[in-house]
Amino acid sequence: MLVVFMLHTKINIKVMPKLNLRVLRLQLGAVLLSSLTLSQAFAADKDYQVELPAAPEGSVTFTSPNEADIPNNAFGDAVRYGQSLFTNTQQLRGKYVGNELNCSNCHINKGRKANAAPLWGAFPMYPAYRKKNDHVNTIDERIQGCFTYSMNGTPPPFGSKELTALVTYHYWLSTGAPVGQALPGRGYPKLDTPAEAPSVSRGEVVYQDNCAICHGDNGAGTQVDGHYAFPPLWGKDSFNWGAGMHRVNTAAGFIKANMPLGKPNSLTDQQAWDVAAFMNSHERPQDPRYNGNIAQTAETFHKHQCFYNKEVDNELRGQGVK
Amino acid sequence: MLIHNKSIVLTIIMTLSPMALADDLGQTIVMQGNGKGAMACSICHGASGAGQAQAAFPKLAGLDPEYMQKQLEDFTTAKRNNPVMSPIAKALTKEEAVAVSSYFAQMPTPAPASANVDEPLIQAGKRLAEEGNWANDIPSCFACHGTNANGIGANFPALAGQHASYIEQQLNAWRSGQRSNDPNQLMASVSQRLSEAEIKAVSAFLANLSVTEH
Ligand code: HEC
Ligand code: HEC
Repeated sequence: MLVVFMLHTKINIKVMPKLNLRVLRLQLGAVLLSSLTLSQAFAADKDYQVELPAAPEGSVTFTSPNEADIPNNAFGDAVRYGQSLFTNTQQLRGKYVGNELNCSNCHINKGRKANAAPLWGAFPMYPAYRKKNDHVNTIDERIQGCFTYSMNGTPPPFGSKELTALVTYHYWLSTGAPVGQALPGRGYPKLDTPAEAPSVSRGEVVYQDNCAICHGDNGAGTQVDGHYAFPPLWGKDSFNWGAGMHRVNTAAGFIKANMPLGKPNSLTDQQAWDVAAFMNSHERPQDPRYNGNIAQTAETFHKHQCFYNKEVDNELRGQGVK
Repeated sequence: MLIHNKSIVLTIIMTLSPMALADDLGQTIVMQGNGKGAMACSICHGASGAGQAQAAFPKLAGLDPEYMQKQLEDFTTAKRNNPVMSPIAKALTKEEAVAVSSYFAQMPTPAPASANVDEPLIQAGKRLAEEGNWANDIPSCFACHGTNANGIGANFPALAGQHASYIEQQLNAWRSGQRSNDPNQLMASVSQRLSEAEIKAVSAFLANLSVTEH
């Protein structure tokens, strides 16, 4: 474990020429194949929650099959198990999940809703080459990445029944979708650059007026009988500093199209940017790629719109909370 | 049996606690009115807070006390415009409104009075309550009103076992703007997107649900 992390740090710092990286990776690959724990760490690192490209314009036409049509055979069982893991990911709490979220908190309507990163928009687009890590990312790795970052946990290993069921559910929701062709409704919408730079203090007002009723005054969510009815947005029980949602632009697009729940697209773009900045200016669990130095980790992994390694209220963000 | 035991415990608590006075006040108003323009709540809502389905008088037993207080306050303004309740709410002092709210809140929730047997209608309502209708941006009712519509805090009232006639009437009141006291206009927004058929179905389904004990 330790060795792998050290090697990764070196790779990720990107001081070595590309050729060397490839050689190193080949050697690494051989070592990694021999150990399950190592291959998990490797996979987690391979998915950087890279920002998705903008979805093509146009109206959303794709629809997933009906739940009632899940076949009654071993394949159907895997689809149903995958759906249950997706909507109640808390059943993996402590094993693969380290926070209070479920996949479907961000992938609304069980991963079916357009403009809420639907699974039918995702599955047909993998494997995909990502320049950022110079690697062909598979859907398995993408899902594992969500466990590492969005769920602040440890991903289920390749070939595990959990990962296989989740992939099967992604596949089934994509029945009839063209392979390798991005569909309108994929990902979260990209908002235009706002007229005024996103403001944490304006965002706080938007938050108190539109979000606090469900997510609580301090972003900790609302619990009923031990379950979160409204999920936590920051703090120890939410997604970590490596998750895609911690980018202000990604959160702004999600919020605009999906929040407040029941009132989508009711905020102005500026309000969505501001409240996204407010939400993401708070502490959350540490980036799992943290190498002991916030500035260095920021330099390698956080060259995007976020608050990691920035000062908010005279405090450095990116320290992490447990 | 369970309920019987509970009421014994409640009686003991009531006689011992400082809440006893407020409860006496609540009970007096519910049973007799306040003698200053607010008639007895029990005339319409029943002594056990069960309401009346035919007249669309809501069930109040077991609802969140703060939620009920807020409704009484809003009945005194244009935010919840209701010809029957407005004069009554205006005749209550703040203290009396608090007392009746907590009196109804601690009552055991009665079993659903209606047993609608229109199975396809109930099933359509169940789908909406559990899954929503995302083609039209309608989230599931349970997402905000809690699993089984048991209610979440003061802002998201319990709907399980509420009379279908009343739920239907309120959804229509939001659509028309007659009721506009919902926090953040969440219900105004959702009800605008519901069809007549969906309103009928979801109201029937919710009315048939039994409240599960917390
Ligand atoms: C009516 C209640 C409600 C309101 C108001 C609301 N949300 Fe949510 N929010 C939810 C629910 C419920 C979910 C989970 C969705 C699901 O599982 O279907 C959620 C999910 C989220 C998530 C993703 C999960 C997480 O915890 O990170 C974010 C981010 C979010 N909301 C931000 C906001 C912001 C910002 C606002 C205000 C503009 C807001 N919400 C207003 C109910 C609400
Ligand atoms: C805190 C919110 C959040 C949670 C929880 C979450 N995700 Fe994601 N997911 C995202 C974001 C953000 C993206 C990237 C969207 C972007 O960049 O526009 C994403 C992307 C994805 C993608 C790729 C989408 C595409 O179109 O390529 C998949 C697949 C995915 N998530 C699966 C999962 C699974 C499985 C889980 C649960 C184990 C999960 N997610 C939990 C926020 C979340």
